[in-house]
Amino acid sequence: MADGTTIMQASARAPGSTTLQRFARRRSTIAFLMTLPLIAVIGGLVVWPAAYAIYLSTLNRRMTTFIGLENFLILLDSETFRLVIWQSCFFAVTAVILKALIGFWLAHMLHHLPTKGQRKWRGMLLVPWVIPPALSTLGWWWMFEPSYSSINWVLAIFAVPSVPWLGEPWWARISVIIVNVWYGAPFFMIMYLAALKSVPEQLYEAAAIDGATSWQRLRYITLPMMRNIISITVLFSLIVTFANYDIVRVLTNGGPRDLTHVFASYAFQVGILSGNIPRGAAVSLFMFPILAFIAFFVLRGVTRRNREEA
Amino acid sequence: MTYHGITRRDALLTATGIAATALASPAVFAQGTGGSLRFAFWDHWVPGGNDALRTLGTAWAERNRVNLTLDFINTTGNQLQLTAAAQAQARSGHDGISLTAWDVGAYADQLEPVDDVIGRLIAANGPINPVAEFLAKRNGAWRGVPATSGTQNKPALCRFDLLQQHAGLDVRAMWPARNERGPGADNWTWDTFLAAAQRCHAAGFPFGLPMGQFTDAVDWVGALFLSYGARMTDERGNPTIRGNAELRTAIDMAVRISRFLPNDVWAWDDGSNNRSLISGRSALIFNPPSAWAVAKRDAPQVAEQCWTIPMPSGPRGRFIAYLPFNTGIWAFGRNKAAAKSFVEFISSREAAEATTIRSAGYDIPPFASMSDFKVWETEGPPVGTLFNYPSKAHHQAQTSIAFSPAPPELASQMYIQALNTKVIARVAQGGETVEVALAWLEREITNMRRGG
Repeated sequence: MADGTTIMQASARAPGSTTLQRFARRRSTIAFLMTLPLIAVIGGLVVWPAAYAIYLSTLNRRMTTFIGLENFLILLDSETFRLVIWQSCFFAVTAVILKALIGFWLAHMLHHLPTKGQRKWRGMLLVPWVIPPALSTLGWWWMFEPSYSSINWVLAIFAVPSVPWLGEPWWARISVIIVNVWYGAPFFMIMYLAALKSVPEQLYEAAAIDGATSWQRLRYITLPMMRNIISITVLFSLIVTFANYDIVRVLTNGGPRDLTHVFASYAFQVGILSGNIPRGAAVSLFMFPILAFIAFFVLRGVTRRNREEA
Repeated sequence: MTYHGITRRDALLTATGIAATALASPAVFAQGTGGSLRFAFWDHWVPGGNDALRTLGTAWAERNRVNLTLDFINTTGNQLQLTAAAQAQARSGHDGISLTAWDVGAYADQLEPVDDVIGRLIAANGPINPVAEFLAKRNGAWRGVPATSGTQNKPALCRFDLLQQHAGLDVRAMWPARNERGPGADNWTWDTFLAAAQRCHAAGFPFGLPMGQFTDAVDWVGALFLSYGARMTDERGNPTIRGNAELRTAIDMAVRISRFLPNDVWAWDDGSNNRSLISGRSALIFNPPSAWAVAKRDAPQVAEQCWTIPMPSGPRGRFIAYLPFNTGIWAFGRNKAAAKSFVEFISSREAAEATTIRSAGYDIPPFASMSDFKVWETEGPPVGTLFNYPSKAHHQAQTSIAFSPAPPELASQMYIQALNTKVIARVAQGGETVEVALAWLEREITNMRRGG
């Protein structure tokens, strides 16, 4: 009789089942075994190269002697590298802000379209993100390229002088940011669209009853409800944009005068092309503390908000 | 029970029959008894330029019964350099590979010494180009065999019609398709060049001289610097910036030239100057004949007006930008004897001439004795356009590589990071004074030397 006082009986052991067999049948073991291929891939392609890079960065150029943190100190002594740090931060922050704003605006526009038309617009707007970035950057390079620039050709029709898109430092930086924003805005758009659709309609109805304007609805309902998504997407995009390689490599190769180099492209130039692999490893590892610092504060904010809401 | 399958007896009889047939057959000399060999060569810019190596490879492989595989990897996006770097790290890959100018020194410890091959080649063909020797010889041993395919000079490839019309220079008379100088050749200096650049710029056909970080830019500026005796370091790599009047003079000349170039040369890659010539916008570029070869196909009206002449001379003489490839044999290879034999085969005079002919005169053999190939006299139109492409005695020129005499470990970094064009860009584009730019240069060189 079930009276709430019966102590559960220990499960009867199947005859002949060993500790190992019981261990293998546990859910956590099965789960671990099923994720083992993924762990192996991450271990082999992410963890191992990262650990090897840390080891490499402590060696001298010929990779014969251990020199500790000397490579990092030498880099910080280099004016070019200090500029690379500044350029990477400027590039990442500017590009992410622009992507977030444009992505949000596009999501807002899409959200208010009738459902019938939304799908084709969504598809078209996703195209930049779907094309492999090296390929699309090559297309942009042809549009910016001095001899055959189609953009300059269009400007010439309106009697606007040609712009040295890739030849002048600030124009080159702007060009890299334009391409990155063009490529990354659809990602923000699709994430924010999903977030917008998850905001309960009743909140807007209640706000409308209270006489809220559309700006007030955006500020007091939409944005607060989307704060976590905004934090996560901004963090994700910051990490990816910081580590961007293909756009800089294809568009400007870091030039002119190394003024569009970011960490990844500079690491390639110093490490592989100049034959100083340990220093190249040190350049790419520089990103890690900066990104870890940003990730810590963003995720802390997200966790705090989740706790408050719970 | 009836058995419908093969019995053991039947199987045995069949096997015996096959064995007997095999024993009685004539011996077929199977290909590949000399082992197998894999080589990676540079993928030629000139259309069809790889065919010579393919033909030579097939001939050698048949003669030596070796299973030879040739891969052609281009330098767009540094693919060839990346392949060499990956193979050096992994200690596996091809048996031999084309190495760019500085890589043979960078990977010297992993390359098989080839002094025996070089010794026989020098005995047969005479001395090797000193720049090629400087780059290929490390720690007292030759680590690579200077190659013909891909090795290039970068003299001036001119539009003789535009130079005649706008700068008043008859380059075909100055440097005719004969082993002699014409009138005005002695006056072909950087000052004359500057005046011509100014006039062509005013006429809307500026010289297409890159000032970015790619080899075309670094090479021509390097030759200009050497012609002024401007060295950034000594043989040991110590910076020689302070009080270096020649360096300041060279930078001053380069800055003055840059004022008459298109405003985006600071971002040009190795193809931009080719495109500027082929599109008809430029009166002069420093390049091997690949641009002319492509113009022959795509813009014949431009190609017909092209003429190659040596670089201008400076106070210390005439220096030609020279970029040699080397063929290196990895020490981890399994068939090094065959690899050496193959490399020696493709370095012979006959093979070098076949390579140069197939590349429409682009490839420069590393031996001075091979500067008389007929292809440079006969290629056209216009006929004689390539006569002055290889370095000839009457040019009174020396081949050079930028940043020499710095040691290779430092020079390769300076070369890739394009310190020479960057220091000019800081003055011309960045608005810095020469002294500020040179102070930056000294700090960069000092920084590069650390942590070795």
